Amino acid sequence: MAVLAAAAGSDAAVRTVGLAKTYRSAHGDVLAVRGLDLEVARGEFFGLLGPNGAGKSTTIGMLTTLVKPTGGSARLVGHDVVTEPVAVKRRIGVVSQNNTLDRQLTVRENLEFRGRFFGLSGRAAVRRAQELLDLFDLGGRAKAMVYELSGGQARRVMIGRALMHRPDLLFLDEPTAAIDPQTRINLWDTLRGLHEQGQTIVLTTHYMEEAETLCERVAVVDDGRLLACGTVAGLKDEVGPGTLVSVTFDGPADPVAAAVRGRAGVDRVEVRGATIRLFVRSAQNVVGDLVLAGVAVGLTVRDSATVPPSLENVFLALTGRDYRE
Amino acid sequence: MTTLKQATPVHTFLAMLARDVRVLRREMFTFLSRTLMQPLFFVFVFAYVMPRIGGGDGFGRVAGVSFATVLVPGMLSTTMFISGLMAVTVPLMMELSYNNEIEDRLLAPAPVWLLGLAKISSGAVQALIGALVVFPVVYFVHESAQPPQIDLTDWPLLTVVLVVSSVLSAGLGLLMGTMLDIRKSNVLFSLVTVPLTMLGCVYYPWAALQSTQWLQIAVLVNPLVYSSEGLRTALTPAMPHMPTWSFLLVLLGGTTGVVWLALQSFARKVRR
Repeated sequence: MAVLAAAAGSDAAVRTVGLAKTYRSAHGDVLAVRGLDLEVARGEFFGLLGPNGAGKSTTIGMLTTLVKPTGGSARLVGHDVVTEPVAVKRRIGVVSQNNTLDRQLTVRENLEFRGRFFGLSGRAAVRRAQELLDLFDLGGRAKAMVYELSGGQARRVMIGRALMHRPDLLFLDEPTAAIDPQTRINLWDTLRGLHEQGQTIVLTTHYMEEAETLCERVAVVDDGRLLACGTVAGLKDEVGPGTLVSVTFDGPADPVAAAVRGRAGVDRVEVRGATIRLFVRSAQNVVGDLVLAGVAVGLTVRDSATVPPSLENVFLALTGRDYRE
Repeated sequence: MTTLKQATPVHTFLAMLARDVRVLRREMFTFLSRTLMQPLFFVFVFAYVMPRIGGGDGFGRVAGVSFATVLVPGMLSTTMFISGLMAVTVPLMMELSYNNEIEDRLLAPAPVWLLGLAKISSGAVQALIGALVVFPVVYFVHESAQPPQIDLTDWPLLTVVLVVSSVLSAGLGLLMGTMLDIRKSNVLFSLVTVPLTMLGCVYYPWAALQSTQWLQIAVLVNPLVYSSEGLRTALTPAMPHMPTWSFLLVLLGGTTGVVWLALQSFARKVRR
């Protein structure tokens, strides 16, 4: 459904073609984003997932007019980010990774002035700010200065501020980085609530769990490139090879690989030194079989792990690297 | 909902000024003390205490008029310059550092140059307020026998010089704020504001420098000179001063150039 809507044309919330950014410096060029094709449908909850330095923030920067692309194009709700930046800015709300709240204003003033920047009358800004203070349970902190807020409160104020002018699209760049686990779960609830009310949301995250929990579709990016894009379930099915079983022996694992290769239910076998990795559709009995296969060639098991289907496996399958490498 | 999207850049511009006024109102005490203390103590010592020490006559008479007469335009111009400069440079350097707070403004629905212009306008307003609050201080604080001889007749010229100088100072503030790093801000103020004021024809009229001709020529690179001489012409026409056409030409041309450069520099700085 989402995919169909995305194909509907210029009305897509986000459409990029070959979007690229190279930072030029005296120390050499940095290819932060190398030709990204993305489509996000209206009403979708979309995630850009990748490790730190993958180019996610640069991509969000280009989509929100803050970073100038050096190649390709990007349109938001039909408006080009380079030639129509003001039209784009009217339609987006942005929650950046840093706390960019206005330190010289109170929480309430932060919301009200943001509204007035977007053309709300004084009275309308007051009313909308109150709505959002209530929605985000910030009523008690309305008069607080920004530096008095906790990390989670500041993040909620930033989301509230981004929603002041009822943007078509809400961007969040690593919304739960450096936030404690309980606050993270609360923020997830908040974002889910917004999405249920029809808000289109694009977020970047380097937390697999966050993308899995929240996003309808995920684009996996690494090193400035798009590796895969689809629903979380679809990625697990198509790209993701199901469950990962990893066993480490006390010697080179190649003889074991020979024994299990071609076995029913095993999609892929990888050997790295003493470690063998199997991507299987069902993990049942696999560890036991590997142990026996090892014993048969005189190897003893040092360590083993079974990871159920997850985006983590998808990333591993796509890049050949552990996600946290 | 649809009305929101009709916000014009003018709305945004005015809302940004409103935001600055709100902050200024909250920090009125800080603003006033920062603006007033230096001129107040300066005129107190040099227009009141020193003349009394010198027997009422000896100190600081320039071209036959009291030092207080020299100081009134000088103190006004220097206060304006420092206020306008600081009002733009200091917050901008903060917004550009650490958390990149400037993003808050950049996301507002207006072209980037207009956001720069909002900063200049707000700085210029603060420079004008600075001049207004300092005027009574430098006018009334003096030794009773040596009052400043002010001639408030040329209102149009006074207005033009005040407005243009305030915009010039704020424009310079934007230019400096985009070019300099906050970690070097301490050096900046000693390297910029001290020579600016000491060599800005604040404490002496430009004509009096003819005894040191190389200096009289060298100080012409200092924009504050034209502002001081302009105010001198408007407020104390009896004092020797630069010809009107010359300082008006430099003030108007210089302001246009500085504002243009500052807006370019701002746009380059904020758009990565």
